[in-house]
Amino acid sequence: MNLQSIFNAIARHRVAAVLLLLLVFPLLMPYEALAANILIFGLFAVGFNLVFGYTGLLSFGHASFLGVGSYLTGIAMVHFGLHWLPALGVGVLAALAAGLVVGYLAIRTRGIYFSMVTLALGQIIYYVFYKSERWTGGENGLRGIQATPLDVGPLHLDFLNPTTKYYVIWLFVALALWLVSRLLASPFGAVIEAIRENEKRAAACGYDVAKSKLLIFVISAGICGLAGGLRALHLSVVPVDSLHYLQSGQAVMMCLLGGMGTFFGPFVGAAVFLYLEDLVTNLTKYWMAVVGLLFMGLVLFFPRGIWGTLVHLLKRHAASAGEHAP
Amino acid sequence: MSETILQVQQVSRNFGNFKALHNISVDFSAHQLTAIIGPNGAGKSTFFNTLSGALAPSSGNILFEGQDITGLKQHAYARRGIAKSFQITNVFQQLSVHENVRVATQMAVARFDIFTPRSRLQVAIDEADALLERVGLLALRNRTVGDLAHGQQRALEIAMALAAKPKLLLMDEPTAGMSPEETSDMMALIAALAKERTVILVEHKMKLVMGLCDRLIVLHHGELLAQGTPEAIRNNDEVRRVYLGQG
Repeated sequence: MNLQSIFNAIARHRVAAVLLLLLVFPLLMPYEALAANILIFGLFAVGFNLVFGYTGLLSFGHASFLGVGSYLTGIAMVHFGLHWLPALGVGVLAALAAGLVVGYLAIRTRGIYFSMVTLALGQIIYYVFYKSERWTGGENGLRGIQATPLDVGPLHLDFLNPTTKYYVIWLFVALALWLVSRLLASPFGAVIEAIRENEKRAAACGYDVAKSKLLIFVISAGICGLAGGLRALHLSVVPVDSLHYLQSGQAVMMCLLGGMGTFFGPFVGAAVFLYLEDLVTNLTKYWMAVVGLLFMGLVLFFPRGIWGTLVHLLKRHAASAGEHAP
Repeated sequence: MSETILQVQQVSRNFGNFKALHNISVDFSAHQLTAIIGPNGAGKSTFFNTLSGALAPSSGNILFEGQDITGLKQHAYARRGIAKSFQITNVFQQLSVHENVRVATQMAVARFDIFTPRSRLQVAIDEADALLERVGLLALRNRTVGDLAHGQQRALEIAMALAAKPKLLLMDEPTAGMSPEETSDMMALIAALAKERTVILVEHKMKLVMGLCDRLIVLHHGELLAQGTPEAIRNNDEVRRVYLGQG
């Protein structure tokens, strides 16, 4: 089948396919800021999906890593005058450290208790940043983040130009997606899926379940931290709600909308979510009601999500056509 | 007398005030097939879970090849060469048959590698196929596990247990819920496996293991009632009283 072969080619070169799409993406969107937003939240959702979709752990604290990445990137620039490039590194390192602490405490629990512990720890981090007004700007958020232009050979990268900004963000997202793709295809990628499917059996096979969960949690936090750092550069401010649990809930929604446990799903979910938000807020201020209804409809009738359903249909199509995918 | 592979020393296990296991001491010889039997509620499953590391004993010690392994984590048991199959099938339902075994064979070569493509770990792939052939599932390698029949899932579980090349294989009621044909296939497989390594299995149906095992251990009310060859157990008056008398 023709459709099938196209699909197979996309699946084989999934990172290249996503990146190609994202390269022309700004042309498809009403304005570049929205496109950049989708890139950032797509990455955030992909990072979250490592823990949620692939390892089967529902974390309600992933806003912490987005927020910590944002704030620490911003603080490094505003208070310490660091250039944006190393500042981004500071943000990612801080998110990794936060992931280590939250993960270490949370993976001792399972199921709903895991969700509650991550939620509680996330809110603690929220209040710490909220109260540290001197460093974080408190309620008003961290302001005054200005990225100095960077010259790479003949390229002059100035964030004041939205197109340049988009493609710089694109580069980091590309690198992160490639790493995630490698991870998912690696032996460790198989271990986390095994843990999701059956923790007892994974342990009986000889895998250290606690250590594996912690490792993927920290990696996931790092990816979300990178998304956060990029967001600080994109917005020039860090709003305090980026640490709020509602932001964590948004990651869950994006994954479910697009299809958890699939590579593209979270990105598709983030794109649909943000595009709808943009579209519907122009029509009514009750945009959440509209998105909420759509969300419920999808969860009830297409529990695999938008991308997940598409993948499923194509697979079934291939099976009925008698082709056996390896 | 061959060497001892597993020693159980005065092991007890309490659940609150209930003594599920009381002061059990028993040695398991290497290269033997030992069956643990007993009527319902005798403590067989608790004993199995204690041997396999799923439950730590409340007191007493367990020695594997002379080393104390009491209270070690589950994955540490597997790495030392103790594998198990569960009473209720425990496999990775949404993964393919081949991937289930491949994950298990991969353990020996890569556990935390986050960068090498796993398609390059040819050893793990080939070993998984060899194990599937051994348990008769190679033809189904690309199927999703959820689509397999119960007996096939049990066979898959054994392939997974064998993946770590265990010196000691523990099996909890391997024929539970199987049809008569599946049961006889499984018994033949167990007999073949026992030629290569030490096997300890828990079985409720005593008749099944009588002709198969080298040695029997009989539990009753959480205590060791008797141990010996099938012949000796069959002629043991106390065993007859508590167990065989019930049919």
